[in-house]
Amino acid sequence: MALLETRGLTASYGDFQALFGVDIAVGAGETIAIIGANGAGKTTLMRSISGVLTNAPASILYRDEPIGALPAPDILARGISMVPEGRKLFPSLSVEENLLIGNYGRKVDGPWTLESVFSLFPILKERRNNAATALSGGQQQMVAIGRGLMSNPAVLLFDEISLGLAPVVVRDIYAAFPRIRETGASIVIVEQDIAQALKVADRVYCMMEGRVTLSGRAADVSRDDIHKAYFGTDHHELA
Amino acid sequence: MNWLDTILQGVLLGGLYALFAAGLSLVFGIMRLVNLAHGDLIVLAAFLILVLVTTLGLDPFVAAVIAMPLMFAIGWGLQYFLLNRTLGKDILPPLLVTFGLSIVIQNGLLEGFSADSRRVFAGSLESASVNLGPATAGIMPLMTFFSAVAVIVCLNQLIYRTSVGRAFRATSDDPVTAGLMGIRPHRIFALATGLAMVVVTIAALYLGTRANFDPTSGPSRLIYAFEAVIIGGLGSLWGTLAGGIILGVAQTVGAAINPEWQILAGHLAFLAVLLFKPRGLFPRAVD
Repeated sequence: MALLETRGLTASYGDFQALFGVDIAVGAGETIAIIGANGAGKTTLMRSISGVLTNAPASILYRDEPIGALPAPDILARGISMVPEGRKLFPSLSVEENLLIGNYGRKVDGPWTLESVFSLFPILKERRNNAATALSGGQQQMVAIGRGLMSNPAVLLFDEISLGLAPVVVRDIYAAFPRIRETGASIVIVEQDIAQALKVADRVYCMMEGRVTLSGRAADVSRDDIHKAYFGTDHHELA
Repeated sequence: MNWLDTILQGVLLGGLYALFAAGLSLVFGIMRLVNLAHGDLIVLAAFLILVLVTTLGLDPFVAAVIAMPLMFAIGWGLQYFLLNRTLGKDILPPLLVTFGLSIVIQNGLLEGFSADSRRVFAGSLESASVNLGPATAGIMPLMTFFSAVAVIVCLNQLIYRTSVGRAFRATSDDPVTAGLMGIRPHRIFALATGLAMVVVTIAALYLGTRANFDPTSGPSRLIYAFEAVIIGGLGSLWGTLAGGIILGVAQTVGAAINPEWQILAGHLAFLAVLLFKPRGLFPRAVD
């Protein structure tokens, strides 16, 4: 049984429809990668699940409960946390305060505390009193991930985790994933770096123009399958 | 002329202006809302204290303590049910709505209390003073000043040392992302306005016990509050205290030179700060 599921999810910004009947399922403890080009609808999907955009109630199910119409604070309270695209740290708050605000709406005992986040990203302990937005891009991403973990979520959504970061920094960020997975949390990664996403994901969904064009086990999908789903054309047609 | 005494009286008067301004500064700092009814809400609280004093025979300080939760509830409800609907990218709706609210409060108070000037009597405290050598300070002005310092210390502790304070600042930075942290921005804004109304009640206590007030006294208090906030730097609470003191000292020094210059000197000090430091003396780093 899926822990989190979307069923025929549609979403619009005014007259512009961004999602057309998206179905995805995330099992307990599973890591899912959602890949796709710019404008494919990945971020809209994340914003819908996290409650930033509200939808028809039954279009998103969590533990079989319809949550599509709930606002973001209610989604977090149920155990779904998001690390948003662009990190979105609070400039008025220090590194430590940005981490502490992560569990404002959901205080549950679990593996993630301020100290365990500091042990995951030791550099943040050194910079705990700095303004969060004064850190490097990679360190800011670490703060954003730590902030997302602080509520001890059952499902963690990562939106464009490597966007704008140097490859070496991306490797450091992904190096933290095994420890996050060990806690049993389900993970949904939205990513444009396909190779990196396939390394950590159990299953992959590819999106194009607001629709899922490919889904399968990460180990089973071929480069050609992804290319076709990603661009809507066969690999050799472009060659 | 005793300049030391003049400056001391100005500093103490600045405490009253800082109290007028602290609630305005808190609300502006958190939600960028300019509340044009702020002065009228101070007068409303002063009438509430007056009613409690005259009908129940309470001491004004006890009446203020009773009025605080009532004013908190009024502020919370006002923000949650009315002002939250006006917040957005356009700054005009909150200005229009609070301007309208100002007129409603003034006319409501006129209906209920007539246009007569009122005063809350504080007994022997009103004339009590302490001799500080070259200067003399009234007990009420001293209490006003130290109340202003205490209010600003408490608000700073709340904002920078507590979980709710972090939520205030996070919501002020980015309400959408704050929602992802489980913060409900509309409730946080309502809480902030409720707290501002508690500060307004303290300001009203000293307004009512130190000077006459009537239903139309609000707008002039709003001007002093605005000037203190802008001199100090938008959103900075310690800056607001500094702004109140600069305004108070300018007024007493102006009055010492020529009594007709009191109000004018305060406005000139405000204009001088605007000219040389348009963002105020202590603007917030993040705006």
